Amino acid sequence: MAKAKTNTEDYLRMYRQMVRIRTFEDNANQLYLSAKMPGLTHMYSGEEAVAVGICEALTDDDRITSTHRGHGHCVAKGAEFREMFCELLGKAEGYCRGKGGSMHIADQNHGNLGANAIVGGSMGIATGSALRAKLQGKDDVTVCFFGDGATAQGLWYEVMNMAALWKLPVIYACENNGYSEYTKTDEIAAGSIMARAEAFGIESHQVDGQDVLAVNDLTRKLAERARKGEGPFFIELMTYRYHGHHVGDINREYYRSKDEEKDWKENRDPIIRFRGWLVSEGIASEDEIEAMNAEIETDATEAVAYAEAAAYPPAEEVDMHVYAD
Amino acid sequence: MREITLSQAVNEALAEEMRRDETVFILGEDVAEAGTPFKVLSGLVEEFGTGRVIDTPISEPGFVGLAVGAAMTGARPVVDLMFGDFIYLVMDQLCNQAAKQHYMSGGKLTVPMVLRTNMGATRRSAAQHSQSLQAIVAHIPGLKVAMPSSAYEAKGLMKTAIRDNNPVVIFEDKLMYQDKAPVPEEEYLIPFGEAKVKREGSDITLIGTSSMVQIAEKAADALAGEGISAEVIDPRTIVPLDDKTLLDSVRKTSRAIVIDEGHQSYGVTAEIASRLNEKAFYHLDAPVLRMGAMDVPVPFSPALEDLTVPTPDRVVENARRLCGGEMIHAA
Repeated sequence: MAKAKTNTEDYLRMYRQMVRIRTFEDNANQLYLSAKMPGLTHMYSGEEAVAVGICEALTDDDRITSTHRGHGHCVAKGAEFREMFCELLGKAEGYCRGKGGSMHIADQNHGNLGANAIVGGSMGIATGSALRAKLQGKDDVTVCFFGDGATAQGLWYEVMNMAALWKLPVIYACENNGYSEYTKTDEIAAGSIMARAEAFGIESHQVDGQDVLAVNDLTRKLAERARKGEGPFFIELMTYRYHGHHVGDINREYYRSKDEEKDWKENRDPIIRFRGWLVSEGIASEDEIEAMNAEIETDATEAVAYAEAAAYPPAEEVDMHVYAD
Repeated sequence: MREITLSQAVNEALAEEMRRDETVFILGEDVAEAGTPFKVLSGLVEEFGTGRVIDTPISEPGFVGLAVGAAMTGARPVVDLMFGDFIYLVMDQLCNQAAKQHYMSGGKLTVPMVLRTNMGATRRSAAQHSQSLQAIVAHIPGLKVAMPSSAYEAKGLMKTAIRDNNPVVIFEDKLMYQDKAPVPEEEYLIPFGEAKVKREGSDITLIGTSSMVQIAEKAADALAGEGISAEVIDPRTIVPLDDKTLLDSVRKTSRAIVIDEGHQSYGVTAEIASRLNEKAFYHLDAPVLRMGAMDVPVPFSPALEDLTVPTPDRVVENARRLCGGEMIHAA
């Protein structure tokens, strides 16, 4: 694995954040399967190294825009389990008072401008945030997360053009998990995705999205350069989603095999890989890691129980927040 | 009082707000040195520079998206959309993104942006440069919609829009840019949701938006010659809509015609007429009449185009029939 942060605490926090995402998703999936959660949700499991590697390279002043598959970005940018589970269950104590749900969680205190249920819908928002930073002389960076499927949206090419013309501090982070909803990416993407960004003169990188240190190392370098006006940048992160397009997409052999899923889970899992590295480097013992995992599991269980018992928003909130004062 | 054009009024409003608040900036196609095809923004780039009057590529969804993101993170962008017809290109950014951020985030995120655009037919520009699409955005909760009817309104509404913490769409009638009106030198703002009674009358209420206010006023002049006293009201903003002023008038006159240049079906006229019917039914002596643009794409030929929009003559004719107790059946 590539070496990045040198501080033991940083490594352990990265591991913790990845496990928090996986644990959050496992619990969210259970809430769906037990019919306790309204609607559907899209699992981030398998892609943890992407969100954590990137967000650990950012500060609270740096912004991100997220996607329909956004729980991982939200956790990685600093959100709490309680408010997140409350939001997933439509409760008043959720990050958006239950009005957004899984696909619209926003946590502006940590710079998360929100998940977006339109594929590619936040590419303008991210680039606009970067334009604002440049106009106001701020040194924050905005990371725009999106999937390989979103590269088929025209908006991306419009905003990349402007970002490149004006040297905006934005990093386009394409999580290429190989599938555009229920279709193989190969069937929807002609040519090379990287070459599309390069066509605008945008420096582009491809990185193993299952290697949290490689992702973090690259992002730290690009974020610092973006702060100095050397942006924008494009990163294609090669990764995999363990679940279907959403939690209800269970019988998916018509578009991908169980053997393929098994291979990624057993041989390329970002958490197993990083855990092995932490132990081999003597940064943490197996016991310490197990203790961390157990603590996170307990946190999640408590947060779920809290959210299940929490109150729904009162009826009078239905027409609140349509307009700001 | 001095008189300036609607174009100058918009320009002054932007310049004053940009001097007052350095987070205000302008974004759009040919807004800087060109000052837009209508020259509304001429001179602003000289004062504020290309950092605050920003020419974009021809990428309407892209630059409206940028404005949403800039607004969500602490700026107050004013987007220039060269023709109102291009609203169809930016519907996702405007209606799914800008309009919904505040609500979806439970009130945490705000999108204080202005989308300046235009409307109005009879400029011989055919079906894709002549539409009046205010009803389409007025339908979307979370957006506010202003429709200035003169230079005075254009300035006061623009200043209010820039200071509003919500996405506001302003439709300027592109045929009115050179129309002059008295505009005070001193600063003023026009609050949203306050209609203006332009002329008092007792027999019928003519409610007009944007340039249809002038149509209504001309009709009122002609009706006065026939002994019919028409009250003319300009809602100024259709979202929020000042129901009270409209209802007070109709309860007094007991008749109303609503005039707007958008297509008549499912339009602004339909919404206002419905509200009057629902809330003033027992005060009405005749059905509230809608007068919108014909439900056809705007034709190029002047001989055809002029048939598609409300005119003073047609307003007079309808008012006469309503006041004469004639039954009017919708086509």
